[in-house]
Parts: sequence; C-alpha cells; structure tokens
Amino acid sequence: MSLDRSQQLELYSRMLRIRRFEEAIVAHYPVGHLSIGQEGAIVGACMALRDDDYVTGTHRSHGHPIGKGAAINPLMAEIFGKRTGICKGLGGSMHLTDTSLGLICESAIVGGGFPLATGAGLSIQVRKSDQVSLCFFGDGAANQGTFGESINMAAIWKLPVIYFCENNGYAVTTSVAASHGQPDIARRADGYGIPGVIVDGQDADAVYEVTQAAVDRARAGEGPTLIEAKTYRFDEHSNRLAIPIRYRSDEEIAFHRNERDPITLYRARLVAGGLAAEVEAIEAEVTCIMADAVQFAKDSPEPELSDLTDNMFSNPINFPVTREGIFGDA
Amino acid sequence: MRNSTQKLSYLQAIVEAQREEMRRDERVILMGEDIAVYGAQSLFDEFDHSRLRNVPISENSFTGVGVGAALTGLRPIVDLTIASFVYLASDQIINQAAKLRFMTGGQLKVPIVVRTSTFYNNRTAAQHADRPYPLFMNIPGLKVVAPATASDAKGLLKAAIRDDDPVIMFEDINLWGKKEEVPVDVDFLVPIGKADIKRAGSDATIVSVAGCLLPALAAAELLAREGIDVEVVDLRTIAPMDKETILASVAKTGRLVIADNSHKVGSVASEIAAVVSEEGFESLRKPIQRVATPSVHIPYNQALERQLYPTKERIVAAVRAIL
Ligand SMILES: Cc1ncc(C[n+]2csc(CCOP(=O)(O)OP(=O)(O)O)c2C)c(N)n1
Ligand SMILES: [Mg+2]
Repeated sequence: MSLDRSQQLELYSRMLRIRRFEEAIVAHYPVGHLSIGQEGAIVGACMALRDDDYVTGTHRSHGHPIGKGAAINPLMAEIFGKRTGICKGLGGSMHLTDTSLGLICESAIVGGGFPLATGAGLSIQVRKSDQVSLCFFGDGAANQGTFGESINMAAIWKLPVIYFCENNGYAVTTSVAASHGQPDIARRADGYGIPGVIVDGQDADAVYEVTQAAVDRARAGEGPTLIEAKTYRFDEHSNRLAIPIRYRSDEEIAFHRNERDPITLYRARLVAGGLAAEVEAIEAEVTCIMADAVQFAKDSPEPELSDLTDNMFSNPINFPVTREGIFGDA
Repeated sequence: MRNSTQKLSYLQAIVEAQREEMRRDERVILMGEDIAVYGAQSLFDEFDHSRLRNVPISENSFTGVGVGAALTGLRPIVDLTIASFVYLASDQIINQAAKLRFMTGGQLKVPIVVRTSTFYNNRTAAQHADRPYPLFMNIPGLKVVAPATASDAKGLLKAAIRDDDPVIMFEDINLWGKKEEVPVDVDFLVPIGKADIKRAGSDATIVSVAGCLLPALAAAELLAREGIDVEVVDLRTIAPMDKETILASVAKTGRLVIADNSHKVGSVASEIAAVVSEEGFESLRKPIQRVATPSVHIPYNQALERQLYPTKERIVAAVRAIL
C-alpha cells in the first residue's frame, strides 16, 4: 500500500504549505505554536484520510487543517484575527478548525481531544458509517488521564479511532525521558489490548503506510490503533514564549534541521524519482498561495461585538442577558 | 530589617514568598509543569530537588498528589499555571481537598495552596483566557485569594502556605511584571479575609476584584480631577469575604461600583452586590453598579477582547451614572 506519484506530489505540496504558512506567520503576524519539522508526520497521516473522516488536533493546530487539504485564505485570516477567518477571528492560532474537512476540535487544553475523537468514533459506529476518526496528540498529552480513559473505551467498543502521537520529544521544556516511565508511547497500547506502532515521523511515506493500515483496520470494524510518529519541533514551543534556559542542545537542533528535515528528505525522494519539474512547479505555486493569503488576511475586516453574541448559542434564549446589549453596566 | 523593603515584581514577590516559606518550613514543597524553567529556577539552586517537582501534564492527578501529601504532613504548593487548567484539577480540589476535613468530622487538615494565573487580555482565546474565581467562591471549604499588588501577592501567599486549609490563589498575568517596594521581613503576612482600602474617598466606593485594581485606581484618579472623591477597596480575598470593610465604605459613601474581570452572571461582583443589598441597603443612595465581563467567551481578536473587561472608561461611566 503506497501512494502513487500524484498523491506523493500532493503530500509534498501540503507539507510545503504548512512550512510556508508558518514562515508567513513569523514574518507577518508572529503568534503561536509552529509545526515546522513535524510536517511529515502530520501530512503522512492525513493522506490516509478521506475528506469526511474526523480529526481532532491540538494547540499546535496549523498543520492539521493544511494536512487535510484546507483552503489557506481562511486559515491565514484566522491567524490575523479577521472576520473572514475560518473561526471568524474568535478562535485564533491554536484553534484552526475547518469543519468542512472533518476537523471537529483543535484543543488548547492538552489532552482535550482524546475523548472527542473517541466520541466521534462512537458516533460513526452508531450511525453505521464507514468514516474513521483520527486524534492528533503530543507526547506530553499522553500523560493526561483522558489518554488512557479514552483509548480503553475505544478498545472495548472497537471504535474506528486512530490515536496519532506527534512525539516531538518535548512538552514545552520537559523531555519525554523526564516525564514518561518508558519513552515509547506506542508501547502503552499493550495495556489496552490494541496495536501500537512506532514510525519515523520524518519519513512521510512511512507515516502514510502505517496510518493507512490503521485506517483500514478501523474501517473494517477491528478497532483502534495507537501510532507514535517520532518527530521533532525545529522552533521554540511557541514563538510568543520567552525560554529563559536551554533544555535541548544546539547540536541536537542542528542535527534535526540539517539531517532530518521531512521536507528536504521528501523532496530528494521525488527528485530522484524524476519529478523535479513537478516539484518546482509546486514550490512556485505554494509561494503564490501564501502571498495571496497574507494579502487576503490583511485586507479582511475585523470581527464586531455582534459576532460574539451571534456565535454563543445555536438557540439563544433570554440572550444577550441585558436589555442594553452585551455590557449592560453603563 | 523589620521595616525594610526591596523592589520586586509581582512574580518575583511570589517566588520570594515560596523561597522564604521553603526555608522556614521543610514541609513546604512545590509542584508544577516546567517549574524548573518558569518561576522557580532559582529555587532549584537552593533546595533539595525532592521538594521541587516538575510534573507531567496530569493536572487532576498531580493536584490530587498534592492533596494526598497535604493530608500526610507536607504543605504543598501546586502551580497550575493558567487558570483554565484548574478545571482539569477541580475534581481533586472540590471533591477531595475542600471536603475531606468536613467529611472526616474534622480529623484531617488539608494545608495545600493551589496557585494559578488568569491569562486574559493576551490574545490566547477562550480556552486560555478564563478568570474562574467565582466558581471556587461557591465551594464551601476553600479559601480564595486574588492579590493585585506585589506586596499583597507575597503576603497572601505566605499566609496561604501557613494556613491549615486549602487556599487557591488567582494571580494576574498582566501584573506579573509590575514592580513595587515589597517588605522583606520573613514574617510579613497579609491576612486572608481582609480587604484593603487602596485609596480613601467619600463620594463613592469602587470595590475592585483581583486585577481590576489598576483600572479602578485609574478611574478614581480621573474622577478626582473633576472633584469626585472615590474610595477604592481592593477585595484581595474573595472567600471568605471581608464584608465589614465593604459595608463600612458604603456606609460612608452611599454609592457602590464593583469592578470584576469575571463574567457578570454569578460573578464576585454579584455576591458583593447581594451582601450589600442584604446588609447595607439603608446606606445606599443609588443602585449598585457591576462592571464585569459580559457573558460571552473571550475572542482571539485582540481589539474585541480588550473591550470586554472592565476598563477605566467603563468604571468611570458607572460611577458617573450614580452620582
Ligand atoms: C491542560 C493543559 N495543561 C497545560 C497546558 C500548557 N501547555 C500547552 S502546550 C503544553 C505542552 C504539550 O506538549 P505536547 O503534548 O508534547 O505537545 P507539543 O507542544 O509538543 O506539540 C503545555 C504543558 C495546556 N495548554 N493545557
Ligand atoms: Mg511534544
């Protein structure tokens, strides 16, 4: 089971879109948690999903919608807090949730996605649909109670869920070694009686293959799989956070940037396969997409106070709470 | 020494409080995510690392670990960093820490301090920007403090660590960097349950809750230039509330504005208004005004977010409305 050439080019394009999107953020509106370095894991996994498969993500949210193939303009506008943003400027950088592609939550509460992805799996099973649900989470999130509690339910009910760990080695400044009894998160699967698979997250094709196997298993009604992609975050935890001490060495960072960049590695594979011209065309296209998106975001209007009240309830009752509107004190 | 001070930021004052109490009492331990990097670096140089625990991201359980340690002879400080993360730990805080003394007929004590900070006005959106102190005011058995100055942060935290009951301290991230002269006396304590008159006045009372002290004082300054003399009462402790100070101020001024960053429905301001209506109604010359955050979630968009919390302008307008 491997990707054909056009799918591989699409994979490359999506990885590059994540990279260029975040470089544009750094240049124009520096907020948030970057996925740079983790594109192979994210897009490799997403390539195994259909548009109607569900995804839950994390505070490091930019890669997930792009990996699923989302339109870039609304994502960029959201970063800028604009009304044309995918969440109308209300959610922002940690919450790029494009529901048209099955994303149901990008949780900034670490571990918040496990139960939701599991619930989506339950819903799929009850509705007798053939969708699957994929839960992206970080190594740090595996230490939340929701991890074990959710996976256990998925295991006993054989829910079509893929728990996909982007293990980038750190939770803010805390290393996996310092915070996990044993460092292979996938080995925890054994405690719930489900398969656990470790994959090189910098090899996007390999990630695709293990995810596709887990998706096939889920669609066949055989239950959940825990996948751990070993990857690396090239930048700081968040580019808004001052890190007063060093918790990882310059050599370690340089090694990953220089030797283990998933985009560089994938590009070399495509070029070696005779796809140099196609690769270059994608690179030019992605550059244009990002320039357009930044312009779109800059030109877009700000949200208004009425957007706050309009988006609170599906069925507002006695709301807003005061006659004077939302404030009611002046 | 007794009367001397040193210039410290609000956050530095908190670190000093922890250092002093860890020196004074070896039962005091500190737990939190990434504390070796944020806040407590200098404590790692001084204290046995068994007393400083960098914890995994397991809020409910590490808070409960703190409760268990408190039940068995330690005096833990659990740092829950951002106030929305307290929700994850609230089972252990509410169902265990707050109730165990009562449910064991007074056999146990639970000397734990939970620190957390409100992260609003910081473009982090609704899952980070909560100010949930009223929820905890509604839990019997918890003491809830919310200092707005470096000295109060230091003195209240030290008092909380020495208190035998569970205390939650809500810090304000927007005050962390604010510096002032802070007492150095190791026995400098700010009593839990005492409000503080930060500015005396006779025409109206503003009670400020937590970080609202700054806009409240700015509003009072602005009104002073017009000859309106406003008293600013800094609540400092949310529960148990210092009714006497509030009622005495209202008895003097006859007018009450309450500035509170929490959402207006069921806010700290609501409780203060209820207390003054019940126990100080005769002193009131005009209706009580609550200046709080409307009942919508906090948006990511910064311009919108800024308008939602009590600002100097909104507080001034509320005072004017009852003159
Ligand atoms: C419940 C909760 N606790 C703490 C935090 C603060 N926090 C944000 S990201 C993060 C680290 C998460 O690590 P990991 O799951 O490995 O994801 P990564 O950031 O590496 O992508 C922490 C502790 C949070 N957002 N939510
Ligand atoms: Mg991580």
